[in-house]
Amino acid sequence: MALNARTITNKEYFYGHKACPGCGAALAMRLALKVTGERTIALIPPNCMSTVAFIYPNMPLFTNGMVTEFASTGSTMSGVLAGAKALGLKDYHIVGFAGDGGTVDIGMASLSGMIDRNDKCIYICYDNEAYMNTGVQKSGVTPYGMKTTNTPSGKNVHGSQTSKKRMFEIVAAHGIPYAATASLGYPEDYMAKVEKAMNTDGASYIHVLAPCPTGWGTDTDMTIDIGKEAVDCGLWYLAEYENGEYKLNRNPKEFTPVEDYLKKQSRFPNLDEHDIERIVRERDEFWARVRRDWVK
Amino acid sequence: MSEKLFVSGDEAVALAAKAAKPHVIAAYPITPQTIIVERLSDYVEDGSLNAQYMYVESEHSAMAACIGASAIGARTFTATSSQGLLYMVEGLPYASGSRFPIVMANANRSIAAPWSIYNDQRDSLSQLECGWIQFYVESAQEAYDMVIQAYKVGEDPDVMLPVMVNLDGFVLTHTYELVQTADQEKVDAFIPYQKFANRMDLDNPMSTSITAGPPFNMEFRHQQHVATVNAEKKIEEVDKAFGEVFGRTYGGMIEAYKCEDAEVILVTLGSVAGTTRCVVDELRAEGKKVGLLKIRCMCPFPAAKIVDVLKNAKAVGVLEKDITFGYEGVVYTEVNSAMKKAGLEIPTSNYVGGLGGRSIYKTDIENMFNELLTGTAVNGGVEFVNLRRDI
Repeated sequence: MALNARTITNKEYFYGHKACPGCGAALAMRLALKVTGERTIALIPPNCMSTVAFIYPNMPLFTNGMVTEFASTGSTMSGVLAGAKALGLKDYHIVGFAGDGGTVDIGMASLSGMIDRNDKCIYICYDNEAYMNTGVQKSGVTPYGMKTTNTPSGKNVHGSQTSKKRMFEIVAAHGIPYAATASLGYPEDYMAKVEKAMNTDGASYIHVLAPCPTGWGTDTDMTIDIGKEAVDCGLWYLAEYENGEYKLNRNPKEFTPVEDYLKKQSRFPNLDEHDIERIVRERDEFWARVRRDWVK
Repeated sequence: MSEKLFVSGDEAVALAAKAAKPHVIAAYPITPQTIIVERLSDYVEDGSLNAQYMYVESEHSAMAACIGASAIGARTFTATSSQGLLYMVEGLPYASGSRFPIVMANANRSIAAPWSIYNDQRDSLSQLECGWIQFYVESAQEAYDMVIQAYKVGEDPDVMLPVMVNLDGFVLTHTYELVQTADQEKVDAFIPYQKFANRMDLDNPMSTSITAGPPFNMEFRHQQHVATVNAEKKIEEVDKAFGEVFGRTYGGMIEAYKCEDAEVILVTLGSVAGTTRCVVDELRAEGKKVGLLKIRCMCPFPAAKIVDVLKNAKAVGVLEKDITFGYEGVVYTEVNSAMKKAGLEIPTSNYVGGLGGRSIYKTDIENMFNELLTGTAVNGGVEFVNLRRDI
């Protein structure tokens, strides 16, 4: 049965926390836990979610959970799995919830190790495109042109000067049994992918775009819409890697205008026509490549 | 079955770790520790050890994996050395603060730069603040025995702290000696696995390694401090109990060798205690009243026990393989602090030796004793032992 608003459980495993209104990361975690259920062991490195979920004595996570070292989500998950196996525990899911910086930068080696060991763990990277917990600094997947608190956008430099690291493809290059990208703009697709990861016999990875009203400069009721528009304008994409093959889940015939998406957010000030041209060019090159290579 | 085997220190540690039956082993290769994890992988392969053997991508991940495994209630073992220990450093207070009783063997090795794969103790002594119980051993036999004792101490419900067993790189890790192994059934009975009270439990979910802000953080620290203090009594008890079962005891926190009537005492730790023991015997044969105080546990620090041994000495030397640059060796600082608190006004001298693997010979130790006996040792002085004067 497909997971959607009608079929998903009413049980909540993550509530009473202190996340900002409209937080995409908190929603990504809430929805994933509804899929993986009460016998989930959630591992969260230092990020917004561990900050809002584990402040003693306020414990708003209703499954087992622990904060890992920042660089160590993957290896700590592997350790929990090894312990659980050795102790003969049954019927559980080990799920990591790491942000983009905690995944694509400092957490890369330990995630790579977890995939290399092919440990049956679900690694969810919620990507809000910067280090939000420390106050919006550039990560390896901060998009070109984004203003962060350490990539200022001024007269001379218009925000971050690098494009998003291709993390999904880096993960896939390990030969991982299951990897996917998702967006909170398409929650059913995201939940279905979490379910697929749950049923994968080995390591799995989901990279979900999770808008951050605070860091993106969007209204708190826009999280879903902006997450959807990111996909519809072609700056994000829904894809899977399974059985050694890539698959595009959405292959839009036409994109909505990139400018509309960028201008709804306060994080892209000062973009000039050259910046927009670069963003559109990179988008089109990406789609040309994946349509050639990923679509049969 | 208990056997007498001719093995290296690393092999002795691996045999003890095997006997302790950890659920999870996660370690990363580094000289001179590597043989430990190689042997353990052999035991898992040949079926003599039923454990999850994890191939991790770094020491940082080795510690993180042990933290994860311990958090779900598994008995864990890891081993490292030098740069590897330093790469783990983030995880060390993490493990102790979360009260995970991980056991680690550390092959004491110098730290870069300049690089040296040889022995000193700057790696572990730089980590006295990380909340791990720290043992230092003199022989492969003691290394074997302390790995087993480490589980008994660390997993005690009143302690619940990680334990580091330090053995000198190459001097112990790569030299061979006869080691009496323990009877497996006796080890099983001595350190039976019991579920940790603070584990994540699928039937009773909880959060661990959490955040505690200013209103609660100090109470966590205080509890950890109390547990570390309590560990001292437990270490003494465990060493006695170990002796009753296996026939070998080491004196608990310290060992005083010929100190009762000693005029001068050399305080040291690790393998050089063995050399010092020989020198004490030789000087005693010449009628010189010298003694050895071997510190076996640096954290918790056995201040009262040390003072009790030193109180009648006329001079005290501290020989150690580390230096707090710009000051003195940390063991010396701790010993002086203990003496000061007890009101002992005895001249003390610091001998910093063995850095980067420089040998410490019997004649060096003889010289230390003679300086202390003749009053030519500088009170408060820090002397680099065997320092080349030609460059």
